[in-house]
Amino acid sequence: MSILIDKNTRLLVQGLTGREGTFHAKAAAAYGTTVVGGVTPGKGGTKHEGWPIFDTVRDAVKQTGANASVIFVPPPFAADAVMEAADAGLALVVCITEGIPTLDMMRAMTFLKEHPATRLVGPNCPGLISPGKAKAGIIPANICKEGRIGIVSKSGTLTYEAIHQLTRLGMGQTTCIGIGGDPLIGTSHIDALKLFAADPETDAVIMIGEIGGTAEEDAAAWIKAHFKKPVVGFIAGQTAPPGRRMGHAGAIIAGGKGTAAEKMAALTSAGVKVVKSPADMGRAIQELV
Amino acid sequence: MKIHEYQAKAILARHGVPVPRGEVAFNAGEAAEIARRLGTSVVVVKAQIHAGGRGKGGGVKLAKSPEQAEKIARDMIGMTLVTHQTGPEGRTVGRVLIEEGLQMTRELYLSIVLDRAAGKPAIMASAAGGMDIEEVAEKSPEKIVRVYIDPGVGIVPFEARQLGFGIGLDGAQVQKFVKVVTALYDAYLATDASLLEINPLVVTQGGDLLALDAKMNFDDNAMYRHTDIRDLRDLGEEDPLEIEASKFSLNYIHLDGNIGCMVNGAGLAMATMDIIKLAGGEPANFLDVGGGANAEQIRNAFKILMSDKNVKAVLINIFGGILRCDILAQGVIAAVKELGVPVPIVIRMEGTNVEEGKRLLRESGMKLTTADSMDEAATSVVTLAG
Repeated sequence: MSILIDKNTRLLVQGLTGREGTFHAKAAAAYGTTVVGGVTPGKGGTKHEGWPIFDTVRDAVKQTGANASVIFVPPPFAADAVMEAADAGLALVVCITEGIPTLDMMRAMTFLKEHPATRLVGPNCPGLISPGKAKAGIIPANICKEGRIGIVSKSGTLTYEAIHQLTRLGMGQTTCIGIGGDPLIGTSHIDALKLFAADPETDAVIMIGEIGGTAEEDAAAWIKAHFKKPVVGFIAGQTAPPGRRMGHAGAIIAGGKGTAAEKMAALTSAGVKVVKSPADMGRAIQELV
Repeated sequence: MKIHEYQAKAILARHGVPVPRGEVAFNAGEAAEIARRLGTSVVVVKAQIHAGGRGKGGGVKLAKSPEQAEKIARDMIGMTLVTHQTGPEGRTVGRVLIEEGLQMTRELYLSIVLDRAAGKPAIMASAAGGMDIEEVAEKSPEKIVRVYIDPGVGIVPFEARQLGFGIGLDGAQVQKFVKVVTALYDAYLATDASLLEINPLVVTQGGDLLALDAKMNFDDNAMYRHTDIRDLRDLGEEDPLEIEASKFSLNYIHLDGNIGCMVNGAGLAMATMDIIKLAGGEPANFLDVGGGANAEQIRNAFKILMSDKNVKAVLINIFGGILRCDILAQGVIAAVKELGVPVPIVIRMEGTNVEEGKRLLRESGMKLTTADSMDEAATSVVTLAG
């Protein structure tokens, strides 16, 4: 099995006609994902790379039976796209866009509370891939391998690093999910862990966090109480200076809170095997499984 | 993005938050003129830098005449002000705020910030104004009253009343406080602020509420729709290399070490700094060239790394997803051709088109060290930095 996406996924691409949207729609289709069409307001009724384009997500869902969407629209319009996808009843919405204003996202999150059937992944994330089955987003498929380890991560390229380490060691992945580095995100570490807990084919999980906020501490408490599978943890930003935004909008130590040290301590006390070096994630999993 | 106190007060005043009368001065003559215009028996001269703790560092002084204001301003403008927030190197004062002196009876605290866990703005108030709020939160958290605002509804008067009565204001004061909090929330939404802090909010002898200090930070992602706020940026407050990097949309933060690093992706960039430190070295910077970097951006990034004179070796760590390794290699080769190889360079790349990238580097004939894993790269760059 896998979580969130698989062979039954019927993927819609919001922003398919843009450069990024086109590139990654083709990559997803080439990987075997069922890409059913795209949404670009004003271009409804046209075709792009053989895919039908719709003006609204509702139209697209009605015509194609899409059950998931991936969003590649520019930041000023991305929160709007998220809400439109939720309104159309899609079960999974993956927002890749980086740079969405926080207040826009806050409104979108409030809107999503009224649409509990929709799960948002991201924004500011690489999306997800279930190796051998399907992908939605930008994770390079060529480094992945089908297997039994789950990955959940705030960071894109650090996710690739973890995947690569596992694949090199001959260990494949059930699903790799990038949850995003923004202060407000749809799917948390805990949400992803809950899904991995229920997936019989996932034997262990790599959890990657970074400085800022308290999501890793919250996840630690949840792991301690509920999660039975082995977890390897890594927190990026152990050497980050306080008060500076480290690339990701959410990666900031504010008022002395959100440090890597606090997060590592919380995870360690929850029984997570925390590695100090990002080079040790794969090896640590190998030792545990 | 940060702005100065006097700029924040101007924005807040436009939204209906009462602030003291005052103007900014860039030289001593202007300071005297403003003091004369204000006409109060006492004026306050406040150094304008993007850091707190100015009072203790000698950046806030009282003047009893325009002449005295002029003299204080002359000493203050150009001085290096060191506070607990500036670091030991301090900041050079370029402008001062001249403000009317006030008689006050109470100092309160009021702020709005996004609470990430709640996904809502939190408004915090405290009777312990004028102090570092983090200290208050740690030592006497019961002194902080907090409400969370439903973004779909906006602020409701009872929430402001809860805060006002919660910090011990009387009925008449609470009426004024509700107006201040509502105006502050308006300003928060209208400007895409990421932090809005009034510390202290004072109660004057006449019973009025005034924002004696003001701090506003903004969401960088939203500045495209606030060109007026973007214009308030003070380049004198920023690191010259960081200003240069921002011109090329590079995410660069200058640090104290001697190992320059160039990485794609914020998480991997932080992790690269971490692994350098673990290997016994000190990173000279954080640099995320982004997912979609092209050869030109790689060249610019390399130039910025090289202009930091502390850099003794460079680690390039790229995991090619969208950014292809051959593009990276072309960028590095172009940069090295232009700038030479002033310090040892270690390159670790992986992912899309890695073989082609490695071939380009090999065939360039340049003296570069390549590494197959992050730990190997870190160990090797730390050794080379000496």
